Amino acid sequence: MATIKIPPVLRPAVGGEREISADGENVGEILRAVVEEHPSTSAQLFGADGDLNRYVNVYLNDEDVRVLDGLDTSVGSGDTLVILPAMAGGAR
Amino acid sequence: MSTNLRNKPCGGRYGDVIEAIGHTPLIELKRLSPKPGVRLWVKLESRNPTGSVKDRVARSLILDAEDKGLIRPGQTILEPTSGNTGISLAMICARKGYRLKVVMPDNVTRERTELLRMYGADIVYSEGSKGSNGAVELALDMAAKDSSYYMPYQYGNEANPNAHYNGTALEILEELDEVSAFVAGLGTGGTLMGNGRRLKEELGDVKIVAAEPMQGEPVQGLRSLDDGFIPPIIDIGLLDRKIFVTNADAITWTRKLLDEEQLFVGVSTGAIARVAVRIAGELDEGNVVFIAADDGSKYFSSGIYTRPLEEIENLDSTVWW
Repeated sequence: MATIKIPPVLRPAVGGEREISADGENVGEILRAVVEEHPSTSAQLFGADGDLNRYVNVYLNDEDVRVLDGLDTSVGSGDTLVILPAMAGGAR
Repeated sequence: MSTNLRNKPCGGRYGDVIEAIGHTPLIELKRLSPKPGVRLWVKLESRNPTGSVKDRVARSLILDAEDKGLIRPGQTILEPTSGNTGISLAMICARKGYRLKVVMPDNVTRERTELLRMYGADIVYSEGSKGSNGAVELALDMAAKDSSYYMPYQYGNEANPNAHYNGTALEILEELDEVSAFVAGLGTGGTLMGNGRRLKEELGDVKIVAAEPMQGEPVQGLRSLDDGFIPPIIDIGLLDRKIFVTNADAITWTRKLLDEEQLFVGVSTGAIARVAVRIAGELDEGNVVFIAADDGSKYFSSGIYTRPLEEIENLDSTVWW
């Protein structure tokens, strides 16, 4: 069971929770389990092609899974997935 | 491994402050290096004329526009920037006779506003809760409505990474003939793309690592994830790792650089150093280079250098870097 941290923008789709849990061996399985439980997250998490929504960053603990193995990135039971919106850096 | 340490006679001789941009020192951090075989280096970009790495970018953006005949003296340059790029553009525009209008969130530190006014820039504030995304959105809208503005748009202009491809990276390669990892902050992506491309071309096997701010919830003010933003110049395929750092960790490491290496740097450098030390710990040998984008003078009013972390106000609602 992995913990998933939900950003404010997605909380209405998961009943207002900041943190939820889901089962799965990798990022894709876990996010699909989230969608099964909370169907309205589907369009926010995934694009039409079934890949991650372009504007969603998913981190395995603190590392962006896009530069690891994407949806195939393995997730251990003590790991946390952090979902964050893609934003324009900070003070640039 | 290179031991290219040598005394330089001086920082060089230049005919103009704009020409003096770059040529920054590369400094070894022996106390922070986690392993004897791994050497940790910081490229001290605070030594640029206005105090940040963005002098390189601003010069490149303006020279590129001049070369392409896109601007003429007296014209107004418009750019979304919450700080360093604006300050650099303000200096260069003042020197070259352009007007500058910057769009920035209303929750950036007071020093930034002072510096921009000091160099004569006009400021347009965007909604702080929308972070940099809000500034970008407002500036794009203003530019669409008034064609007299020239917007260099650092997020989408190849002149931004080119400042590093043709500058910063070459300076690093002059000093080191091996680099195992290069670590920089991810904002516009210019530093990582320009240095990353050049270092990979010249050295082949070098890990390009992005440290990015984990924005506090108060500045994640998006209505929908589709309001997100990815700077067009970013090619994520060039990155080997991308790691977020919380504001609290960034400030803790900014203090650590001060306490252990006596380096006075801005908050982004704390975050980048944290990631650089972690990457260095994963290697057995080699050089790890990271970028110190600016010094800490723009963060004085927040008290981060002297106050305990728990006493720092607005830790999560401030855009620190």
